[in-house]
Amino acid sequence: MRLWLHELRVEQLLYWRSRESAFFTFLLPVLFFLILGAIYGGKTIKEEGGLKASWFLEAGMIGYGVAATCFAGLGISLVIRRESGVLKRIRATPLPPTTFILAVLGSTFLVFLIEAAVIIVIGKLLFSVPVPNAIGSLFVTLVIGALAFAAMGLGITGLVRSAEGSSAVINAVYLPMAIISGTFVTTKSYPGFLKAIANILPLTYYTKLTRDVMIHNQHFWHDGSAIGVVLVWGAIGAAGAIRGFRWQPREA
Amino acid sequence: MSAVSVRGLRKSYGEHEAVRGIDFEIRAGEVFGLLGPNGAGKTTTIEILEGYRDRSGGEVSVLGVDPQRGGREWREKLGVVLQSSSLYPNLTVRESLRTFGGYYTRSRGVDEVVEIVGLGEKANARVRTLSGGQKRRLDLGLALIGDPELIFLDEPTTGFDPGARRSAWETIRNLRELGKTVLLTTHYLDEAEQLADRVAVLREGAIVREGKPSELTGATAETEIRFRRNGEVVIERTKEPTGRLHELIHEFGGTEIDGLEVRRPTLEDVYLELTSE
Repeated sequence: MRLWLHELRVEQLLYWRSRESAFFTFLLPVLFFLILGAIYGGKTIKEEGGLKASWFLEAGMIGYGVAATCFAGLGISLVIRRESGVLKRIRATPLPPTTFILAVLGSTFLVFLIEAAVIIVIGKLLFSVPVPNAIGSLFVTLVIGALAFAAMGLGITGLVRSAEGSSAVINAVYLPMAIISGTFVTTKSYPGFLKAIANILPLTYYTKLTRDVMIHNQHFWHDGSAIGVVLVWGAIGAAGAIRGFRWQPREA
Repeated sequence: MSAVSVRGLRKSYGEHEAVRGIDFEIRAGEVFGLLGPNGAGKTTTIEILEGYRDRSGGEVSVLGVDPQRGGREWREKLGVVLQSSSLYPNLTVRESLRTFGGYYTRSRGVDEVVEIVGLGEKANARVRTLSGGQKRRLDLGLALIGDPELIFLDEPTTGFDPGARRSAWETIRNLRELGKTVLLTTHYLDEAEQLADRVAVLREGAIVREGKPSELTGATAETEIRFRRNGEVVIERTKEPTGRLHELIHEFGGTEIDGLEVRRPTLEDVYLELTSE
């Protein structure tokens, strides 16, 4: 526990020190919410049953945020640390590998929870989006998302070979996913092929889940099949992590 | 008691045998050098001792523990410097030391280690702003922060300019005064000569010579005699240079022998001969 707390503090220091990762994974979803909310937050979306765009965006940016922090940010930073030899070096210390991974996950979840809180506060203060009623359900929803996407983030590290390629490969996966999954725009007006892609992506279901909980005050368990899809993707990520996660850089 | 004991160590990668049955002992408090050219098996050997790689055969004991089964308590007593620098660029020197110090139940003071590795002026500088030599010294500091009994140094000065090497040597010499056992790999002969109490020369996965650096030249070394006969350079190698010179003086009838040189082989010559047969 002492070691876990020590490493959690180290991870927080490393995260906020790295301006690139703090900007792209923490700040960008917040900025998009501010900008898009200012542009069309007051309009209504007829495909979503006349829902106000700011409400729609708030939950969407939390979905985008989980993909940015827990999937992309986690994956990219671990690949960079692996290829720079730091992960290998850590293995030579008495810090147990599980404690290290749990601290990395804890730190990532903390960043995501802060991000979600900032988005909710901005929504309330600037766009008059009410704070969700079902706070307990929202919290569980956030944790489920963080777990599933972090598992995918750990899993994808095995597919990325070099530090230089890490942001390119991972951004190429998660940016199109974020857009197609309907975090920014409603999927209801999509052409058929795009809908078909959206229907297999985990973020589509996760975004729906957050909207149901945040906007419609549903319990997190009301849509079991959406949770199921998110967790199946998380399990695929975890299996990939168990098979492909490496501590050592590629041999030169 | 030996700090490190290696018996018949083997390591194969597929068909390729990187280490072919080597033996050596390192006594507590000793600085031991593994010397050899690139690809001789130095890093493979040191990484087996550090617990990074599993061996294919033989017996290995590091501080009384088989590295393949080494746990947390064992790691508390080890310091490791990997072949390439492994640091967080965004942390300062002091933060890096505090980070790694936190992994050990008993660690040295951050300021003390900063002094030992000579980074006093850079203590609050970000790692990304350090020179290559300074980064390497921080690697050494991270290996020392847990106050280890045994330190592994894998090519600690490769790529340094001469000044940086001298100051790194100074730091490594301090380790001996701290009573640490050190295993050092290097492909520089002068480094082994400067730092190690004993050296094993590794070539293609086998130890070809072992002993004190001064003993490496050994009895087999032949002296080289060069001179010109009828304008042509003649090079001879002999174990009895004085006798051979007598003959030559006789042969030349006491006249000046053109271009005469008599040379004892340097350690460098012996090393090159040992490693490039």
